[in-house]
Amino acid sequence: MKLLSRKTTCNSHGQDSSYFLGWQEYEKNAYDEVLNPTGIIQMGLAENQLSFDLLESWLAKNPEAVGFKRDGESIFREMALFQDYHGLPIFKNALAEFMAEIRGNKVRFDPNKLVLTAGATSANETLMFCLAEPGEAFLLPTPYYPGFDRDLKWRTGVEIVPIQCSSSNSFQITESALEKAYRLAQKRKLKVKGVLITNPSNPLGTTMNLIELNLLISFVAAKGIHLISDEIYSGTVFNSPGFISITEALMDRNLHGSEVSNRVHIVYSLSKDLGLPGFRVGAIYSNNDTVVAAATKMSSFGLVSSQTQYLLSAMLSDKNFTSNYATENQKRLKKRHDMLVSGLQEAGIGCLKSNAGLFCWVDMRHLLSSKTFGAEKELWKKMLYQVGLNISPGSSCHCTEPGWFRVCFANMSEETLNHSMQRIKDFVDSTTDVVSRRHRLVVRNSRRRSSHDRDSER
Amino acid sequence: MGFTSSNQHHLLSKIATNDRHGENSPYFDGWKAYDSDPFSPTHNPHGVIQMGLAENLLCFDLIQDWIKKNPKASICSREGVDGFKDIAIFQDYHGLPDFRKAVAKFMGRVRGGRVTFNPDRIVMSGGATGANEVIAFCLADPGDAFLVPTPYYPAFDRDLGWRAGVQLVPVACDSSNDFKITEAALEAAYEQAQDANIKVKGLLITNPSNPLGTIFDRETLRSLVSFINKKNIHLICDEIYTATVFSEPNFVSIAEIIEEDMECNRDLIHIVYSLSKDMGLPGFRVGIVYSYNDAVVNCGRKMSSFGLVSTQTQHLIASMLLDDEFVERFVAESAKRLAIRHKAFTMGLLQVRISCLKSNAGLFCWMNLRRLLNESTVEAELALWRLIIDEVKLNVSPGSSFHCSEPGWFRVCFANMDDDTMEVAIRRIQTFVQRKEAVLVAGN
Repeated sequence: MKLLSRKTTCNSHGQDSSYFLGWQEYEKNAYDEVLNPTGIIQMGLAENQLSFDLLESWLAKNPEAVGFKRDGESIFREMALFQDYHGLPIFKNALAEFMAEIRGNKVRFDPNKLVLTAGATSANETLMFCLAEPGEAFLLPTPYYPGFDRDLKWRTGVEIVPIQCSSSNSFQITESALEKAYRLAQKRKLKVKGVLITNPSNPLGTTMNLIELNLLISFVAAKGIHLISDEIYSGTVFNSPGFISITEALMDRNLHGSEVSNRVHIVYSLSKDLGLPGFRVGAIYSNNDTVVAAATKMSSFGLVSSQTQYLLSAMLSDKNFTSNYATENQKRLKKRHDMLVSGLQEAGIGCLKSNAGLFCWVDMRHLLSSKTFGAEKELWKKMLYQVGLNISPGSSCHCTEPGWFRVCFANMSEETLNHSMQRIKDFVDSTTDVVSRRHRLVVRNSRRRSSHDRDSER
Repeated sequence: MGFTSSNQHHLLSKIATNDRHGENSPYFDGWKAYDSDPFSPTHNPHGVIQMGLAENLLCFDLIQDWIKKNPKASICSREGVDGFKDIAIFQDYHGLPDFRKAVAKFMGRVRGGRVTFNPDRIVMSGGATGANEVIAFCLADPGDAFLVPTPYYPAFDRDLGWRAGVQLVPVACDSSNDFKITEAALEAAYEQAQDANIKVKGLLITNPSNPLGTIFDRETLRSLVSFINKKNIHLICDEIYTATVFSEPNFVSIAEIIEEDMECNRDLIHIVYSLSKDMGLPGFRVGIVYSYNDAVVNCGRKMSSFGLVSTQTQHLIASMLLDDEFVERFVAESAKRLAIRHKAFTMGLLQVRISCLKSNAGLFCWMNLRRLLNESTVEAELALWRLIIDEVKLNVSPGSSFHCSEPGWFRVCFANMDDDTMEVAIRRIQTFVQRKEAVLVAGN
């Protein structure tokens, strides 16, 4: 008899993909300005390391909160015992208000509809357990976060069917792409239970406009299926157009409280917006009472540490702090983004125009030896081993077009970012001769000008 | 929201709409009674006393004291804030190296230093709840089964069955031999499962036992190891109450047994651990999967992404458990205080001739109220239990909720209250028993 489960021996955890292999190589030879200046620079990790000083200064100013005291009395015992899966009320209240603040207070969230989970990783898996049977499917626009293959499919048995998006329209979701994906699922005899979007998008770094959101709402309404909106990057929007949450879009169409709103669920986390991935703070927000009830019970398998809930409830309740943090953080993200974009430009490399996220979606198609994923892999390996940059190849994000890479900019110092730009420039200079480079620059600039015109319609 | 439940059944998964979370069982009714009318010596002296929650509240002063003296262990204090950034961004599912080292050390320490644990086999999980589910996902496919001796912790049904789909096949134990598991009972349960075409993948034991408070002796453990090797099935040992052993005989961990047994296939041995009971820190969600099977360690580690321990907590726990002097003092003092509580409680019950199963571990007693039943049935047990909640105002847990095959047993927790509350609880039980017996005698 087979000793272990099928789950141990399959590779639906997805960790043999290049996305993770690059990390492993980085671990073996990590760049350090002083100790290992020729090491690999990690640009494959979407972390926000830009605003820790703001968090640290808040901690310094709030000794009572961090000393687990309330009105001078120790609440340690209370905190150490708190394991109620409903979550700490003051924390959920603060989190609900924080989420509303990020959305410009155009929408409100009811803390009773919020379920705390061990990171967005757990939130996404839990929603799958609640909404789909093994063998059923969710539609996801490509390119998408590689971890979804593990989070949505591995232990749940749920399938992902891609909604193919292309650079021809800046990877926006179209009605025909949605219908095509649905038909593809049907052909594969997979029952579609919903659509999952990430907004702002990982890896694109773009926010969805009202047209796209309305398209999705109409689609799920017509098909009677769910819509999950993973909004974990909502606080990283640093430029116009602003962020439109799915909740806002529903309100806009007077669908708040309707049957379709009963099938719309939001996933949130503090890992990206506050830069605290180690603390494992995720959340599901749903108007569907049964989903909230079931997900709450399931959160037993991954509750948020009470120690962390207590700390963050104090932090997020400080409105001065949160509004100042949001503004400053966005300013810094924008600066970094612009640094990366112009640095790449100098190397003759363009990016998808983006206004959010901790990364850029970089166009390296012109550097491919051929328009194939094999050539993309070759280029990725060169970038990793020759140039010493761990960037994420589009194929690991299930992109249909070879040559796109996700490059992170918020998880390193400015010096390191500049250094990585220099490495890229040197690499490009060495691989293309002067004439052909100038030619490419001219061609690309003209392409970018016309695509910029299209972009300004978003 | 006004949408019919049949809509929900169509719209949502079976898991979301079935009852396998187990929360509609009587085990939780008592909690609800407590929640709506909680005892407080000053504000609500006639409220319900919570004796259904296996929590360890006896040694907080020691932990609080340590935290005050070690501000660096908190990444939020002035002394520790320099470490804040590195801790807050660390999300590697291997866990902080010091955390793994500290937990491995602590696990060895609470087993009297008789075995050592390898930090590289320490895998994090969302409490023991998460650990048990991960084990189920790794060892079994939906529909497969684990054998479990009764009585057992009610939530195993949820932890192993709800999302991982593992069935629990009970191995009946009864008071005729102090609820010890016998080879005959094991074989019978195994064969019954085979006959019903149920694929048994493992045997799950809780040692020390919840709800019994007893520990497995060396001979029994050896025979279990022999059994699982013979059948080529897994042995999962939930050892979350290890440090609650408060008197002789010494605890024998499965880790010790396999050190002595060269024949045992180590790929079949897995331990579940947690700090919720031994240290009284359930809110911190520190669960551990410790497997001797490399594939399970690797797979479990990937799965731990779904329930990692907050690094803020990892950091605090690492500092605390690497403090040898503190650990030494804590473990000794905790055992001492549990022993005192246990003695006070059992003596109080003996005064009205209520006996408990002889035990030397756990945060509870397995109380024998069989002679107070009108008849030896689950219904009579539940009727008695309702009486205890409604009239005596004590939330205790009926044996049937632990799948006990003999009616009349109740699990009563004693470590989750202060001394005064315990006095009140004992007096209430004494009064109730005296009254009930008078009624029974009159009835005869």
